[in-house]
Amino acid sequence: MTLKEVKNILSAEVISGGEDLEKEIKYAFAADLLSDVLALGRGSGVLTLLITGIVHPQVIYASNIFDLGAIIFVRGKRPTEETLQLAIENQIPLLVTSYIMFETCGLLYQHGLRPSIPKVKNA
Amino acid sequence: MPETEENIRFHEVFHIEGGNFTHAGAISSRVKKILKDAGFPGKIIRKTSIAAFEAEMNVICYANQGNLSLLIAPDFLKVVVKDEGQGIPDVDLAMREGYSTANEKIRELGFGAGMGLSNIRKNTDEMILTSKLGQGTHLEFTVYLDRQETELSSE
Repeated sequence: MTLKEVKNILSAEVISGGEDLEKEIKYAFAADLLSDVLALGRGSGVLTLLITGIVHPQVIYASNIFDLGAIIFVRGKRPTEETLQLAIENQIPLLVTSYIMFETCGLLYQHGLRPSIPKVKNA
Repeated sequence: MPETEENIRFHEVFHIEGGNFTHAGAISSRVKKILKDAGFPGKIIRKTSIAAFEAEMNVICYANQGNLSLLIAPDFLKVVVKDEGQGIPDVDLAMREGYSTANEKIRELGFGAGMGLSNIRKNTDEMILTSKLGQGTHLEFTVYLDRQETELSSE
């Protein structure tokens, strides 16, 4: 689906990267711990959406490592000014939705998005 | 392979300030950019950058200060991180997934899940970690350029 469809499904607000709404998104993963973003993001890339409540700049640095396609902040959380600036510099589109993480994931899955990795190898 | 002066093509040292979270992750971003500009394969860049990010965070979260050195050789990439700080009392325990001594502030920022060191190990081909209590920690890891199809086939 396109980023625009993500936006519509989640009644999301586009905070940055409005010009990239035709970008294709196929995969997603959700994490509220930066350590988990780093662990789960491997194998991800430009077709991947990060669903998170982390709003500080480190979420952009971490996303940048994987060249993630876009980030959506859940629970209505808004990025800090510094996060926003970094996202613009690194050309990572940012969206905000009022839905909680579970609902966000459920809606996107229902509409065809699939996990970046379905499970971890060894717990 | 031991590195010698002749086979190191590139060597850059970055200073890391402990406790300063404002630009935490910025050095790893620089590392990633250097590797990308140098034309390394995506997987190599990713593995090295993830490990560098984790290592950078560890210095910021737990040490007073440190240096991260990036070395590029024809056959491998190496990152050496030396810090001055409290050190790690039990390295084996620290390597265990989920074990963390992170305080509330660190956790609030979304770090401190106890996955950092094991994530470094998973993403690299060699990892050496030594620590002296009350003095600091020495971490180095290597990613070999000819071993791309290792266990990291998550696609």
